[in-house]
Amino acid sequence: MGVSKLLQGDTGGQWVLGVLVVLAVVVPICNLWIPETSFFHVSTYTVTLLGKYLAFALLALAVDLVWGYCGILTLGHCAFFALGGYAMGMYLMRQIGDRGVYGNPLLPDFMVFLNWSELPWYWHGFDQFWFAMIMVMLVPGLLAFVFGWLAFRSRVTGVYLSIITQAMTYALYLAFFRNEMGFGGNNGLTDFKEILGFSLQSDLTRIVLFMLSIAALISGYLACRYIVSSKLGRVIVALRDAENRTRFIGYRVELFKLWVFVFSAILAGIAGALYVPQVGIINPGEFAPLNSIELVIWVAVGGRFTLYGAILGAVLVNFGKTFFTAALPEVWLFALGGLFILVTLFLPYGIVGLLRRKKALSS
Amino acid sequence: MSFIEKTRAFASRDKVYDFLIPEPVFDDSLDTRHGPILYLEDISVSFDGFKALNNLNLYINDGEMRCIIGANGAGKTTMMDVITGKTRPDSGSVFFGQRIDLLKMDEPAIARAGIGRKFQKPTVFETLSVYANLELALSTDKRVWPTLFAQLSGSEKEAIDEVFLMIGLMEQRHRLAGELSHGQKQWLEIGMLLIQQPKVLLIDEPVAGMTHQEIERTTDLLLALEGKHSIVVVEHDMEFVRSIARTVTVLHEGSVLAEGTMASVQNDARVIEVYLGG
Repeated sequence: MGVSKLLQGDTGGQWVLGVLVVLAVVVPICNLWIPETSFFHVSTYTVTLLGKYLAFALLALAVDLVWGYCGILTLGHCAFFALGGYAMGMYLMRQIGDRGVYGNPLLPDFMVFLNWSELPWYWHGFDQFWFAMIMVMLVPGLLAFVFGWLAFRSRVTGVYLSIITQAMTYALYLAFFRNEMGFGGNNGLTDFKEILGFSLQSDLTRIVLFMLSIAALISGYLACRYIVSSKLGRVIVALRDAENRTRFIGYRVELFKLWVFVFSAILAGIAGALYVPQVGIINPGEFAPLNSIELVIWVAVGGRFTLYGAILGAVLVNFGKTFFTAALPEVWLFALGGLFILVTLFLPYGIVGLLRRKKALSS
Repeated sequence: MSFIEKTRAFASRDKVYDFLIPEPVFDDSLDTRHGPILYLEDISVSFDGFKALNNLNLYINDGEMRCIIGANGAGKTTMMDVITGKTRPDSGSVFFGQRIDLLKMDEPAIARAGIGRKFQKPTVFETLSVYANLELALSTDKRVWPTLFAQLSGSEKEAIDEVFLMIGLMEQRHRLAGELSHGQKQWLEIGMLLIQQPKVLLIDEPVAGMTHQEIERTTDLLLALEGKHSIVVVEHDMEFVRSIARTVTVLHEGSVLAEGTMASVQNDARVIEVYLGG
């Protein structure tokens, strides 16, 4: 199936992907070749900020697939994001080598500080980029598989499922805080120097990471689009609306849920791996239950069950967050809560729903 | 055994050689050679002490149209739940044909084996098109990966069109199923069962809430299916039961009270007492 066929009838998606392609061309030019004094210059700070939004957009896309289409309200998806981020962070830590404060060629600084003499077994292999990239997808995927297998097989649904996903991310949150876990405790992993030999401080590396984020978001969007326009996509919508009916026409509902959940977790892991080198830090705070709830708000604000709505919501809410936390820091949480109430009450299909209604009224 | 004894045994006149004995058939294909397609024997189900089914014995013959009537709480829906694997009975056995033990299978497996079920409340996939509703129900490979890459083949499209003709929703095929009227939803759901080419159709209250014309069309639809499938209909509407029933089974407090033609059942003194109420 070609790209054009995938996007057939998906006007919103065409727009969003179009904007992404334009950004991929314009932003590098404005950052690298237009002088800083010019009005059209885009600072590296902005590039990084945009890159961060793109990683969040990919994460929101993953949530829209499981929540909007499959009806699983996950309140723990940031766990998969953070695990992907940690896998990337571990690679970046190993890349520091002997340039850390303590100059230990093998052990990251925090391990030297804890008087550890050996690298824990689960840190082996992370000096290889390819190994880390496999782990970025494997670890979140595996956790989603085990968690989903247990939950869906015992037919845990609705609120109960949402609560145990919260519990899952909270458990990881507490675990990663502990120094003995070997992931840097509450400081997490930071002070990264380079990725694949390229300095993380250089503008060019930042631009490449930004472009990779765009590429990942576009491919992620197309993959999700393929899934939801396939027969499998119709099956998951069917099981969302009438689970028993789906089971009685012969589909093993739990396996379909599991498949979508694992796919979505892998997507979230990739988003995390793109986030960490751009932001320069990963710490247990990413596992905080509140983050996963915020994430669901992004999708709700943008409009679920549309895919592109999730991207829109993630970017808009995070832009709002950057703006408000700088201008009126004490207002932000109230604004976010108010936004969620407003959207739930008046915009069940989010901003996308509002645009559609306007279009329907005018035509 | 000495060599000479072995030789004698081997050559004796009444010796039956192993390879001459036919292999017993233990495969799990549907076997209805003895008549019934569904065997429910000594089924008991209780919920919190309430006996929904009480030593129920019921046999449905291959190709027959059977109506099941009974007051609320007589166990009609529980019986369907047991057959389709939704509820596990406390005791008893359920066989599909002579060989397939339904108690060892889960809902999707039972559905794939050829037992289709229509719910009491019409249940279709409302946010999908009418066409997609039938497409999903098609009996194809329903595992996850094949479903991801599935494309409709020519013969499958024909099968869908055939069912559309039968249930009379050809014009509505591109509408969302949620926009259909109550009666149309019921027909669509029956269509979703038919397209799976089931051996047995379990239909729970097909005409509840229908207009007179809709009831007539449903009657025609079910009568057209008679003989091609074994059909079990649970229904309250006596008029409707009379118009389609050959054999009627009356359930009462979880077991069979009476069974026979509509006329004989209606004249049964016990039935009059507990259900028809005179």
